[in-house]
Amino acid sequence: MRTFIGIDLGSTTTKALLMDENQAVLGRGITNSRSNYDVAAAVSKQEAKIGARFTLFHQALGSRGGAAQLLSTLERNFRLEQFLAELGRLEETCQAVLDHPRFQEGKPALKESLSAVFRRIENEAPTIYAPGASRKSDFFRDIAGSRFMNLAETVSREAGASFETLLNIYDKSILDVESRVSSDDAVARQFQNGLSRAVRETDGVDIGEAEARTALAKVLGIELEETYVVGTGYGRVRLPFPKEHIRSEILCHGLGAHMMFPGTRTVLDIGGQDTKGIQVDGNGIVTSFQMNDRCAAGCGRYLGYIADEMKIGLHELGPIAMKATKSVRINSTCTVFAGAELRDRLALGETRPDILAGLHRAIMLRAMSILSRSGGVTNEFTFTGGVAKNEAAVKELRQLIRENYGDMTINISPESIYTGALGGASFARRAMVR
Amino acid sequence: MSGKEIVKSASQLIQKEMISRNYDRITGGKCKVSSTFVPGNLNELLMCFDIANNLPEINAIQNAMRKKSGDMITEAERAGHSEDVCTYVKADIGMMAKGNIAPNGKPFPDPDILLLSYTGCFTFMKWFELLREQYKCPTVMLHVPYAADGTPTKNMRDYIVRQLKEDVIPALEKVSGVKFDIDRLREYLRKSAVAEDDLVWMLESTKHKPSPIDCYFGGVYYMGPIFTAFRGTDEAIEYYRLLRLEIQERIDKGLCAQTPEGDMPEEKYRLVVEGPPNWTSFRDFWQMFYEAGAVVVASSYTKVGGVYDYDGFRHDPDHPLETMADYCLGVYTNRSLPTRVDMLARNLLEYDADGLLINSIKSCNSFSAGQLVMMREIERRTGKPAAFIETDLVDPRYFSAANVKNRLESYFQMIDQKRRAGGSAAFGA
Repeated sequence: MRTFIGIDLGSTTTKALLMDENQAVLGRGITNSRSNYDVAAAVSKQEAKIGARFTLFHQALGSRGGAAQLLSTLERNFRLEQFLAELGRLEETCQAVLDHPRFQEGKPALKESLSAVFRRIENEAPTIYAPGASRKSDFFRDIAGSRFMNLAETVSREAGASFETLLNIYDKSILDVESRVSSDDAVARQFQNGLSRAVRETDGVDIGEAEARTALAKVLGIELEETYVVGTGYGRVRLPFPKEHIRSEILCHGLGAHMMFPGTRTVLDIGGQDTKGIQVDGNGIVTSFQMNDRCAAGCGRYLGYIADEMKIGLHELGPIAMKATKSVRINSTCTVFAGAELRDRLALGETRPDILAGLHRAIMLRAMSILSRSGGVTNEFTFTGGVAKNEAAVKELRQLIRENYGDMTINISPESIYTGALGGASFARRAMVR
Repeated sequence: MSGKEIVKSASQLIQKEMISRNYDRITGGKCKVSSTFVPGNLNELLMCFDIANNLPEINAIQNAMRKKSGDMITEAERAGHSEDVCTYVKADIGMMAKGNIAPNGKPFPDPDILLLSYTGCFTFMKWFELLREQYKCPTVMLHVPYAADGTPTKNMRDYIVRQLKEDVIPALEKVSGVKFDIDRLREYLRKSAVAEDDLVWMLESTKHKPSPIDCYFGGVYYMGPIFTAFRGTDEAIEYYRLLRLEIQERIDKGLCAQTPEGDMPEEKYRLVVEGPPNWTSFRDFWQMFYEAGAVVVASSYTKVGGVYDYDGFRHDPDHPLETMADYCLGVYTNRSLPTRVDMLARNLLEYDADGLLINSIKSCNSFSAGQLVMMREIERRTGKPAAFIETDLVDPRYFSAANVKNRLESYFQMIDQKRRAGGSAAFGA
């Protein structure tokens, strides 16, 4: 089938979205940009195709009893299979790195430790993907990395190997493993193995195993033809595409927001390194835009920096800030100075939730300035980008929009991170269909 | 930046030779030297006293294009000048601290006089205060009232003429030892007007499609002689005559604008640009335009020395002092915001441009204050899309190529989208 793909190469993550000829979104994929946009583009595209196969499988199963349950179980198990496959590749690579002359000293202990760490991660894997299990990140790098760090310390101590050396081996290997893109055949195998596991886990489903296998085989047999691919985002020039396949992320975000919410006239996008205020017309065409220049204070990376300063995860910032009883005023928009202000306020006895609430407000005040310079908010408004997932940021934004522009419809899609990719895919479709 | 050989036209080569000849005159030690600024400069008057015209902003630009301004600015900051100060000023102060070497490799002499002929930029005044402290030389600051209501009044003109008579001319006589001869001034002004006619022809030649020249990046070369030490000379007349022939030839051949890498193959976008260019990455900046097929058909910066096309100003030899007053009052940044809006909006329509681009300069309030408001109003009046980028004059730290390119690409694609807008109605959700 003909498909249209938009790839948004952001500074932090790369997103891909795949749609069919009728503008139906079939799949979405995301991966970390890992300073290698070629790989990030290929991985996110493969992930979007995986998403598309799930959608197609869902369509094949229809709404029969237990279809949703089978699908969600398959999804979990597919991810487990995918994780195990990558883990296997990581172990192979680590063992190969061990052959380097510099690791000859203490090699047996290192070898033994590596095997032990990987066996333990392998054993833990089903728990990581168990029903209801929460993961701080879905990226292999993050999950495997944090487990490796945790386990390697104990294991190395027991085996008398150097923990530092093990980490060094891991660091060398993960880059290599991350640079590989799963083939369609490998993905198909993971689907099939995932289904075997899923079938064992589910009962009370109307769909028989043979029937499910046939449906899956049929779905896996569908060729997802990359009819037209459009790239956007900071890494777009790195894409192996001709120039006409590249669109500015401002246009893609404008169009993507329009596709999600056709009534949108203003879009605010806060990504890893920039904040964009975009005005669009009734057809999603950009009429005006403003973005930060020279300085990326107040963008997604700012939150990452603050999380690092506080030694907490990025996803924990919003929930902690939501517990605030007041908002501590943070004056500096400079990321580094904000870190200094943070320590200063902590020393003065302010609580972490109150300080974080203040930091979220500082970001949003900066975004409001860009927004007003782009033309302000006069009608329906859409907030997109990674920061739109942060509930505290959203809360501050809602308040500031109300204070400055009155009651406006504010749209935030749970899929807002894919707005640029959606716009890209729409441009791709338009290039061929119209 | 491309490693290819830079293509230069005959007029560019002559212009380069003229500018370097002026540096040789300044550093030759055979004449008195005045430091003065480009906007509203009184070159014809200085010529009446055989005084050479040294322009500190031009020195800063020359140093920026030679990639030397960064170190000079650091030097000035080391001496205590804040990060927010105009970078022309810091490049100049830094150049002095580093031996005050002119672009021709010879040391600049201390100026014999500082002549400030335009005070619309308050920083100019402070800059000369710093230089006065350094050189302890006579300093004349001509006060030019701001044309807040759009049109300068007779009172303003009389006020400037009186200052010229009572302060400026006596000071120049004293420094040079030459008696003022108004007929000599008339003769220079007559020559100015001749060159100015051809200059305006050049500015308007971009109404042709395709435009034969770029009137921003290319324009800064073309405006060199008229805004520096050559207005009022036979050389300027000859330069603009040759330039006119050169441009006419390009029009006859149907050529697109000339760029450092040769003729632009296709003209895809016609833009009007407000604000000075960035000088430290001048070629990279230009490249972003011509690679996209964008040509600048009109720019406010090509009117920074004086405005000729908007209200038909020419130097008038019959009213020598009055015409100099009018010239100073008409400087682009001395015009009110509504006048600037009107100028740019008219440019957009008369030159059939696709849109307006504002290059907002971090360290130049004279240009930057109010630009966003201007942009909105111009968009409203013309219905054409506008975009805003931010760079700096001569501080290399404030040119973020990736950001600028990102915005420009977005802007060009936005213009494309607007062009197709007629067919976009069906392209809904």
